[in-house]
Amino acid sequence: MNKKEYKKLTERRAGRSPVFSNTLAAYLVGGSICLFGEALRRLYLLLGAVEEDSFLLVTVSVIFLSVLATGLGVFDTVARVAGAGTLVPVSGFANAVSSPALDLVAEGPVLGVGAGIFKVAGPVLLFSVLAGSLYGLLYFLFGVAF
Amino acid sequence: MGRILLPREDVRILSTAAVGGYEEKRGPLGAIFDYTAEDDRFGQKSFELAEAEMARMALSFALGKGDITLPDLLFSGDLQNQCVASSNGPASVGAPFIGLFGACSTMAEGLGMATLALSGCGAVTAAVVTSSHNAAAERQFRTPLEYGAQRTPTAQWTATAAGAAVLAKGVGRGVRISAFLPGRVVDAEITDAANMGAAMAPSAADTLLAYFGESGERAEDFDLILTGDLGQEGSVILGMLLAEKLPDITLRHKDCGCLLYDIEKEDVHAGGSGCGCIASVLSGHIIPAMERGEYRRILAIGTGALMNPASLQQGGSIAGVAHLIRLEMDI
Repeated sequence: MNKKEYKKLTERRAGRSPVFSNTLAAYLVGGSICLFGEALRRLYLLLGAVEEDSFLLVTVSVIFLSVLATGLGVFDTVARVAGAGTLVPVSGFANAVSSPALDLVAEGPVLGVGAGIFKVAGPVLLFSVLAGSLYGLLYFLFGVAF
Repeated sequence: MGRILLPREDVRILSTAAVGGYEEKRGPLGAIFDYTAEDDRFGQKSFELAEAEMARMALSFALGKGDITLPDLLFSGDLQNQCVASSNGPASVGAPFIGLFGACSTMAEGLGMATLALSGCGAVTAAVVTSSHNAAAERQFRTPLEYGAQRTPTAQWTATAAGAAVLAKGVGRGVRISAFLPGRVVDAEITDAANMGAAMAPSAADTLLAYFGESGERAEDFDLILTGDLGQEGSVILGMLLAEKLPDITLRHKDCGCLLYDIEKEDVHAGGSGCGCIASVLSGHIIPAMERGEYRRILAIGTGALMNPASLQQGGSIAGVAHLIRLEMDI
């Protein structure tokens, strides 16, 4: 067979990820994380936090717990099953920043951790800042929110 | 000239050794290792240094078993950038160092090259050692170790293992390396880094077709046709590629990536990979089995995927190379 046929054959064989169970796992875990976040927010409100602070507190808490889980080596064990469920919430971002940091400790704090900590999250930071700036510009020019 | 290279001297394997890590100890071949580390660190402060130490240990054990202090030549390679696991580890024995890169095919390449070297000059002994480390390879080629990514079903698990062999000529006993067929680089334009089996199968097919076409032998003339790390996926694809011209290959074919781990119980997806995969299985399991008389004639084909992170990101494809050595145990 020629190269094109070979590529098609291998791609057809390889494209057999268990989509249904992956989607279900992502839904259950991702949903649980968000549910947990909401429960945490109610708790913070009960403890006397102001409404607008409660959202920020939840985000910070989930980030902290994700970084802790990454450091303890459990995050990737859960993520292996959860997939998008841990990736999409802010837990994914926290893991994407803390995991390279752990790897690069051997290379020193400045050129190792410092230079490489955003290796995975870099695109998220860059493009979200750019998107925000663009949005702000359009809002300023046309005065409409999209 | 044909592609099958026949050594002009009688080159034998004097001794072998294999060292492994946590997952390797847990697998079906856990007992073949001379030493396994519980935490894959080997007492070192980085995984890269751990791999160097692992390779050094494998070489040390093999030299000890063969009662050789210093081989005339040392052939060594690994997956780390610029093969530093080899230069930091086994090279410390002080032998003339010949660095190799064949990705996961390095052990076969090394055994072949060492045989040719001993066959062509005054050197009497040569050592071959290669290694791979899961953590070091993941860091370099894929994502950070604790990153929560899902792996696809065709993805393979880089073995944390090293294998070493000491070769000697004129000893008259032991497993003989009777032929070496160096592979050609075959690029089937596979760009999926999570499907090494598909990337390497065409080069394995090319090498096997060349060998059988030239030698006139058949698959049944061998007790075992062993590939390095095609894994489950690559093995099936190899069978498909050879279905027309070498249909009997599947009767004798086994793959080290499928032997090293229990694919059902361990989370290795399509099987093991890495230089250490064929190196440890060959050194720790197959060659000792030949010495015990369990196999008489074997073809061992190391399969390597040739790429680096930059080439992948630039949209490049993953070429493969497969080096074949013929091992025979005279009874």
